[in-house]
Amino acid sequence: MLLNILHTVLHVTVALTLPPLLLGVIGKVKALFAGRVGPRLLQPYYDLFKLARKGSVISQTTTWVFHLGPVMGLVTPLLALLFVPLVDSHAPVSFNGDLILMVYLLGLGRFCTASAALDTGSSFEGMGAARELTFACLAEPALFLGLLVLVKLTGSMELATMLGSSLAGHWPTAGASLVLVLLSWFIVLLLENSRIPFDDPNTHLELTMIHEVMVLDHSGPAFGMILYGASIKLFLFAALLVRLVMPVSTGSLALDWAVLVGGVLIVAVAIGVVESTVARLRMTHVPLLIVAACLLSGFGLVLLLR
Amino acid sequence: MSTRIILVGLLLSAISGLPGLFMSRHSHLGPRVAACLGGVGCLLGLAGLAHFWFMGPTAPVSVTWSLPGDGLSAGIDGLSAIFLAPVLFLSLLAHVYGLGYWPPSDHPATGVKLRVFLGLLTCGMALLVLARDAILFIFGWEIMALAAFFLVTTEDHKAEAREAGWVYFVATHTSTLILFGMFALLHRVSGSYALAPLAPGALPPGAALAIFVTALGAFGLKAGLMPLHVWLPGAHAAAPSHVSALMSGVLIKMGIYGLVRITSLLPDPPLAWGGATLLLGVVSAVLGVAFAIGQHDLKRLLAYHSIENIGIIVMGLGLALMGRSLGRADLVMLGMAGCLLHVWNHALFKGLLFLSAGAVVHATGTREMDRLGALARRMPHTALAFLVGAIAICGLPPLNGFVSELCIYIGLLRTLSGVGTLAVVGAVFAAPALALVGALAAACFAKAYGTVFLGQARSPIAQVAHEAPWTMTAPMAVLGASCVLIGLVPLLVAPALEAGVVAWAPALMQSAPPLRTWVPLPALSVVGLALLALLGAGSLVLRSRQRQTGVAAGAVWGCGYVAPSASMQYTSASFAQMLVAMFAWALRPRRHGAVAPVLFPARVPVRGHVPEVVLDLFILPPVRLVARVFTALRVLQQGQVNAYLLYVFLALVVLLMWR
Repeated sequence: MLLNILHTVLHVTVALTLPPLLLGVIGKVKALFAGRVGPRLLQPYYDLFKLARKGSVISQTTTWVFHLGPVMGLVTPLLALLFVPLVDSHAPVSFNGDLILMVYLLGLGRFCTASAALDTGSSFEGMGAARELTFACLAEPALFLGLLVLVKLTGSMELATMLGSSLAGHWPTAGASLVLVLLSWFIVLLLENSRIPFDDPNTHLELTMIHEVMVLDHSGPAFGMILYGASIKLFLFAALLVRLVMPVSTGSLALDWAVLVGGVLIVAVAIGVVESTVARLRMTHVPLLIVAACLLSGFGLVLLLR
Repeated sequence: MSTRIILVGLLLSAISGLPGLFMSRHSHLGPRVAACLGGVGCLLGLAGLAHFWFMGPTAPVSVTWSLPGDGLSAGIDGLSAIFLAPVLFLSLLAHVYGLGYWPPSDHPATGVKLRVFLGLLTCGMALLVLARDAILFIFGWEIMALAAFFLVTTEDHKAEAREAGWVYFVATHTSTLILFGMFALLHRVSGSYALAPLAPGALPPGAALAIFVTALGAFGLKAGLMPLHVWLPGAHAAAPSHVSALMSGVLIKMGIYGLVRITSLLPDPPLAWGGATLLLGVVSAVLGVAFAIGQHDLKRLLAYHSIENIGIIVMGLGLALMGRSLGRADLVMLGMAGCLLHVWNHALFKGLLFLSAGAVVHATGTREMDRLGALARRMPHTALAFLVGAIAICGLPPLNGFVSELCIYIGLLRTLSGVGTLAVVGAVFAAPALALVGALAAACFAKAYGTVFLGQARSPIAQVAHEAPWTMTAPMAVLGASCVLIGLVPLLVAPALEAGVVAWAPALMQSAPPLRTWVPLPALSVVGLALLALLGAGSLVLRSRQRQTGVAAGAVWGCGYVAPSASMQYTSASFAQMLVAMFAWALRPRRHGAVAPVLFPARVPVRGHVPEVVLDLFILPPVRLVARVFTALRVLQQGQVNAYLLYVFLALVVLLMWR
């Protein structure tokens, strides 16, 4: 009981504090590749604090829906993260079918962000919303097929068990499937978190953006919420990958947490490497790569069913 | 007792429009009397339903008569109750809504007719759900079909309504024809018209298959299952909005009721039936939402979403059928409960969406999404109602659509652990398809909500829109609250669903554990409330921060462009363009006019639309051919009564000779 409470407190603390660091790590890696010093590792935290103290400019065309986007964009990944086991087989909230709730909570966040974008009536933001929702239509089945592989392997519909320590026993026998899922989910991570080769968070051209263009009109604390929510979503996907690869339980709480935090940081480094070495895809080619992600997970599932 | 109360209510509903016939077309009394009678009738029906749920079933009411058949018999069981509840609930709200939406001052010519057939439609649907024998079933079916025809053609001075009504008329009578065949088969093998379960082994496999296929055809046509949906978009778009809500919310569910009822009568369904049904559901769901994305007309868009949701409902049914073939209570419970709950949910959120679309039409006079915009400012209540409906129909938590989809999801995932290639492939194929459908629906509703309610007004009519009167907003509020209630406290509806599932497969489900052993219904409440609490807290934090740091009003960021206009906004067509291109193999989008490939092109109008592919490509050409061939028979059509009498006489003589 006491251990459970400790787990939950640690889980929530890490979920609230660690995510912006991932953005800092990605930025640092990209700077190193470009031969620059780059911003400090903790820069995203400073940015968030700065935005929280900034004033806002709000477009006259908007309604309350415009404010729903940032709040939902923060709340939904935070809630979804509560179902993911960060260490051992323990998640603060866990029940039969929580994997579906996790996927759909992210969907709710996306729907509200897109609606907030459309609320401004800007053609750029409409463009971004259309792209985000279109690509999500392909990303969601890819994520889902990967989850199906885990359901098939572990026989459970709780993320805490699916990504829990029992998964480790399946690596020797079903490694091929799990590797395929890993690749597929990494592609989904890049897409869902608007990373190169899908989207460039640092581009200066609104016409070519996906996610960033949806939040053009947000400013001040609302924009801070969006950035914070985006980093939590990134952390969630990174945690999924880490638990997929290293569903280990060492027996020591500190070591388990170290494995998770280290793993998540490695994912951030990997993202930074990809962003530095891969060119951005043409918008018309984006669906092809996501379909490839679906097929990877699909093959993973077929391997288990043969 | 409960059946009798309901029947009295139905009688009241059936006659609700009649007093209006004896009053002036411009009188406000007629509509009020009709709404009162119809409303009281529906309330009585709901009271009877409550009696059934709390007091248990009672003996059916039977009358004997001299015509062929064994007499008429009406009764209520778990399945009937599930389908009866939305009929009565939505009819009640439609009666109230009609007061504001179709007042005699605006529609003196059509109002009387509309009200007469609205009451009859409720009565027909309820009778068919209560029917315990095929004869009464057909009676209810035909009352419903004809009343709906007259409702679709309410505005018969418009060519669009006449055409939609005509297509509907042909479709519904094709379905009735197949239904006659099905009941004849059933009568032949069982020896009676009673809708009673057949004993295992009483049915030769060929006959069972024939009954199943005819049932799929007849009821699929009514339910609008792809590719039998051809009548549905036009009819839903042309009818007055509260009629569209009733048609989409409950009329097409009568097809589902027929399928559910007939499959409950047939013993030992083979596994392939469930697999085929599941597949049909997947096709209908995916293509339904794909067609919806290409629409420009708000009500046509909603109509295609009905096809999608019917697909999801049929997926649940297919899963339950597979569960019955495999003898797995969990699949039956999850599939059937998901199917039945989605029937309720779809009635609620689609009713809500059609009623809010009606408020938009009422305020602006157009259904063309690209002429609207910014209505959230002028019609805040309608905008909120539409948003609730949109989130619910996308199956997003914490609203009701998520609960039913979750049941079906969990059922599909559970087939993974089972045996049988078909079951596994069905699940592997169907579960990601359901995820795809959910994401597509979210894209479609973001487009619809964004284009109609957000941004800037795209035309002058959208600038002068007005909020609907309370008679229209109150029914929307009730429906929205129901969506939230089922989403937050799904345990409330579990007993009714379990009763329905037991009635569908009594032998297997009599001693099955309750729904919440497989679906975490209490956890959904907790997460839903947590989400709302976090949302509230987040909004408060955001608001207080913004207040402390200061807020300035400004123009939309146009990337440096300082004079953005409403026509620069993303339109619904441009929003959907990528997805329509992705599904171009099915949607066959058409484009009229093109931009000239010169440096300074002149003004060229470009229009694009997604046609009703099945109707235009596969049904109309052969029908035209048949019509051309049959023109030759016009020679016989003299228009003279004595010639027709001669034909009748000759036919009789030939028949007598043949004997």
